[in-house]
Amino acid sequence: MGNYYIPAKYLLSHIVDAEIIIPPFITAKTVELGSKYSPDFVCTPFKYTLGTMIESLEQGASILIQFGGGCRYGYYSELQEQILKDLGYKFELLNLITNGKANIKRIYKMIKRIDKKFNIIKGLYYLYITKNMVKYMDKIDDYVRKNIGFEVNKNSFDNLNKEMLDRFSKVNNPINLYVLYKKYFRKFKKINIKKPKKCLKVGVIGELYTLMEPFSNYYLEKELASFNIEIKRFTNVNYLLFKNKKTIKKALKKSKKYMKYKMGADASSNIYWTKYLCDKKYDGIIHIKSSFCTPEIGSMPIIDKIASNYNVPIIYFSFDANTSEVGIKTRLEAFYDMIEMRRQ
Amino acid sequence: MNCYLGIDIGSISTKGVIIDDNNKIITSSYIWTEGNPVTSVKKLINILKNNLDKKYVVKGIGTTGSARKLIGLLLDANVVKNEIMAHAIGTLSIYPDVKTILEIGGQDSKIILLNNGIITDYAMNTLCAAGTGSFLSSQAKRLNINIEDFGNLALKSNNPVKIAARCTVFAESDLIHKAQVGYKKEDIVAGLCKSIVLNYLNNVGKGKKIKSPVIFQGGVSKNLGVLKYFKEILNTDVIVDPNSHLMGALGIAILSKKNSSNKIYDLNIQDVSFDTKAIDCGGCSNNCEILRIYKDNKLIDIWGNRCDKYIKI
Repeated sequence: MGNYYIPAKYLLSHIVDAEIIIPPFITAKTVELGSKYSPDFVCTPFKYTLGTMIESLEQGASILIQFGGGCRYGYYSELQEQILKDLGYKFELLNLITNGKANIKRIYKMIKRIDKKFNIIKGLYYLYITKNMVKYMDKIDDYVRKNIGFEVNKNSFDNLNKEMLDRFSKVNNPINLYVLYKKYFRKFKKINIKKPKKCLKVGVIGELYTLMEPFSNYYLEKELASFNIEIKRFTNVNYLLFKNKKTIKKALKKSKKYMKYKMGADASSNIYWTKYLCDKKYDGIIHIKSSFCTPEIGSMPIIDKIASNYNVPIIYFSFDANTSEVGIKTRLEAFYDMIEMRRQ
Repeated sequence: MNCYLGIDIGSISTKGVIIDDNNKIITSSYIWTEGNPVTSVKKLINILKNNLDKKYVVKGIGTTGSARKLIGLLLDANVVKNEIMAHAIGTLSIYPDVKTILEIGGQDSKIILLNNGIITDYAMNTLCAAGTGSFLSSQAKRLNINIEDFGNLALKSNNPVKIAARCTVFAESDLIHKAQVGYKKEDIVAGLCKSIVLNYLNNVGKGKKIKSPVIFQGGVSKNLGVLKYFKEILNTDVIVDPNSHLMGALGIAILSKKNSSNKIYDLNIQDVSFDTKAIDCGGCSNNCEILRIYKDNKLIDIWGNRCDKYIKI
């Protein structure tokens, strides 16, 4: 999922004595493999992750790690395990979250089984570094999204990001990481950009996987950046793992007018963010989800209501494993034309 | 005198107009795409050229519709824009106070909401072709009715049958069922027209506030049955312009006029050869389909690459 394999690999390679295999980047073949063995009406991230699992197993992986919870995601790991076992693969699948909770004792036992020498103090130490790494990455990404559409030299943001992640993956204490983060933030701010004061601003909300894996949303953010648009996205791993509960609480309080109870997965957060984006006078909102994502389907009528109350244009995309790219481009282009026309 | 050419290449039909400096249509044409946009555009331009007075020089070319990119390259167009903008601009030039544009074409349908001449919202059909022209024409074929007579036949009915509006597959099975229990043909046809309207309002028009003046365009707007049910269900007047099928082409011609420079375009493209050659890249497991566009055997563009491997011409 995006660049998050870097902190994940960092954590695992430091705490367990095992070879970590990084699955190949998601390609058309991954999706094809995943779709072939998935139920047709399952949500799209299931297909993507199943495809990735197959590719990893082909590369020789013997242990797979999956999370779960929030929505249908809670059933992923059991179902994927069964499908892969039926296909004849021999492996062990570690589901870090059961019943929607991460049980530390259970996880400890699981890791201990893989590596008898596992040291919990060391584990927690590296978990702390990884947590910070994710936080810093997300902060940098937030800045990049706001400015990448205005870079003067092509790829200057991407290249610096690559360089930074490479350095991040070699740190061994939190202070070192913090210093690097500060240093690179300064470097990012020095990148030559040509940004008009009143540029177009668009918020991207929706279902988490589709938002964060660029392949699954057909590089939507890249496309938006090419129109010289400032992009705001709230969903990132830092939010999902560490700030989720707090945000939902805040969401319920701040958008009381539109919802009373907690909705599944990120639906409540998305409703709150819609209101936030409208309040901040963004030019448009793009809501993306994978097909059949139930929590987001529940949130859409409310989001629609908010957007029409504030008179902010909103567009919905629903991606499946084989959506026509041309159709998406036409709709995005028209969306851009519209918000630009509204500005004038 | 200056004139500007706008071409709208859709899935089913290819439309072209030539306008003068006052946005007035000098000549226009409407032909079938027949699955080959390059040939149909050549044919279209030939027709337009023969109808064009010698005193006019073409100062701009714009393309829109699903083959806009390819034809834009072929004609070296100065504007290549999506259909939504083109339709809105075209309609605004004739009805400056329009609030809602309903458009149903061959493979897609859209709704555009405007306020004071600015697009404020739009929606397009998503995954399926339910409620579009191609569904109507395939059903007309099944019932052995000429698509041109479809609307008039629908008007004769006083008792349209109820047909599921959500999905073409269900609609079709409803249709067969109704036919087999002996409904009259006109009632079935009227039911189909009604189902198109309901489908459109439930899918594309979902949650949108439709305010009058309402303009209905696209190929299906020529169908009087569909128009009748739009008026009935929306309970408001729905305007269909005599040139409703040309609005996209008109809009893109206007946009091309706005962006025109001093360049003069030649409409003699009959002998220009234009080929697309596809190869599977095979460089990684994405296996992108790389399209290479040749004009007169000269490579002019490459599409379909996800990485930088084929970026150079």
